[in-house]
Amino acid sequence: MPRFLLTRAGSGLVVLLLVCLFTFVVFFALSPDPAVQICGKNCTPAVIDQIRGNLGLDQPFWTQFAQFVAGIFVGRTYGDGAGAVHCAAPCLGYSFQSSQAVWDMIVQRLPVSATIAVGAAVLWLLAGLLGGLLSAVKEGTFLDRFTTGLTLTSMSIPNYVLALVLQYVLVVQLRWLPFPQAVRFADDPGQWFASFVMPWIVLAVGYAAAYTRLTRANVLDVLRENYVRTAHAKGLPPSLVWRRHALRPALTPVVTIFGMDFAGLLGGALITETVFGINGVGKMAADSIARNDQPVIMGVTLLAGFLVVVGNVVVDVVYTAIDPRVRVNA
Amino acid sequence: MTLLEVRDLTVTFPTPRGPLDAVRSLDLDLEPGGALGIVGESGSGKSMTSLAIMGLLPRAARRTGSVRLTGQDLATLSEAELRRVRGDRVAMVFQDPLSSLNPYYTVGLQIEEAYRAHRPGTTRRVARRVAVEALERVHIRDAARRVHHYPHQFSGGMRQRVMIAMALCTEPELLIADEPTTALDVTVQAQILDLLQEIRRETGTGLVLITHDLAVVSEVTEHLVVMKDGRCVERGTVEQVFTDPRHPYTRALLAAVPRIDDEIGELRAVRATDPTTDPTTDGARA
Repeated sequence: MPRFLLTRAGSGLVVLLLVCLFTFVVFFALSPDPAVQICGKNCTPAVIDQIRGNLGLDQPFWTQFAQFVAGIFVGRTYGDGAGAVHCAAPCLGYSFQSSQAVWDMIVQRLPVSATIAVGAAVLWLLAGLLGGLLSAVKEGTFLDRFTTGLTLTSMSIPNYVLALVLQYVLVVQLRWLPFPQAVRFADDPGQWFASFVMPWIVLAVGYAAAYTRLTRANVLDVLRENYVRTAHAKGLPPSLVWRRHALRPALTPVVTIFGMDFAGLLGGALITETVFGINGVGKMAADSIARNDQPVIMGVTLLAGFLVVVGNVVVDVVYTAIDPRVRVNA
Repeated sequence: MTLLEVRDLTVTFPTPRGPLDAVRSLDLDLEPGGALGIVGESGSGKSMTSLAIMGLLPRAARRTGSVRLTGQDLATLSEAELRRVRGDRVAMVFQDPLSSLNPYYTVGLQIEEAYRAHRPGTTRRVARRVAVEALERVHIRDAARRVHHYPHQFSGGMRQRVMIAMALCTEPELLIADEPTTALDVTVQAQILDLLQEIRRETGTGLVLITHDLAVVSEVTEHLVVMKDGRCVERGTVEQVFTDPRHPYTRALLAAVPRIDDEIGELRAVRATDPTTDPTTDGARA
């Protein structure tokens, strides 16, 4: 088990390094000269040269890349002499726009995004599992068909449309909810909930629908398994057959999908946060792209890559715990 | 008293082209400790017969007729009462032992739950001991360690032994084995058949053996029923049927059994006649 973990972590590190290299190529080597952007109006070639020197942009590509990677692990120093700026590890550089450290920007905004992500995940897991189970138990009935229709409808509504409609109806027309703000739970729980409930719903709806379909299909598949017939033939009470022999096999694949989906939530947060104007990592990513703020884009991309890699490792570990076939063969 | 008495059993499925009889007015009799073979090709209704006896038919199926276990008609029992019969008085072994065992649980747990379902109040310790003994009885070596293993850690023959151990842990009066050797290779088949014989001898359990393989039946049971299209076309002792088959279908089945003195490459297919037009159809020996 520890050896398995080590190899997984090792391969995850390699993947992250490749993500690093790829984004570095795309955002630094291929995009317009950052020095010109930073310099702004009233610029002289001398200033541009100085900025280049400070950022290390006059160095060969691999040197720049090595400095960037080193910055993440041990920190780095921009420029030299009196004007030198030390950026402590983990250093992702400074925003071209606000001159803030990218790492600090992410750390500041991550709690908001995490709140949206976790809330949405809880919501879609509850809705998806319950909906799928109910649908499977009542297979072929009106309830089943209604659920199927509802899931198909909700899967086909783009979440930014849903976000705008919800906001218009609940906030502007009915005035049931305030415009979402990044309130902290400790400050005002009521306000906190009112602010986050719409983002949760918007982010969760698509996943909830997909999970309902998945759960329904899995449960129906498992109920047709021979070992469920065996369980009935042994005379087990139906509740035990369900709990032990149907639910666990049916829900195991959901764990895998959930890990991946949750890790990939940053993409969803980008749209949701932007539409609701919530200042999380997603909105920061959208803003930085609009302004071509390369260090920030890189930072967010790396964070997204990191989450996916970690999510996969976690899924693997959890899977070995719940599926004996994986555990014993590993 | 007769252990199993099936009278006029009919199992019907609704299909788009009208109702289809999977089993048609079938009669079966089995004395305590006796062994009965049900032989037939795929779709002859033999598996549906076993599920009908267990009360495990698919929801769409309709069953008429009576299934009596030591005189008690199982059709009159409620689902809860039927559940107390299933796995306790009548146990079943299925064809494919890998898919019939739940891959998520140890074989120990799966045997224990079968036992505990019918012996309420049994502690896990006692149930564990029962599971180990059950595995020992089907000659699984190192049973105390093997109870902790999962189905995929057993070979095909060993898995079927686990299934048999699980069925026998409650000491049922009747064991229904539905194609217990079909998924296994020939040498393992023989071992499993030997095991079934041994268990019958030692425990006095009645056995209904369902198979498409006449050779299997001839080794294990005294009586046999040949089924075709849901109907019994021939019945009698194994010796009677083998030496003097009445129904042309049985003769075709017997002729299709490969023999050691056959020409190499010679295999005979069963060309069954249509029982609805064949005057010799009524081959049943009452």
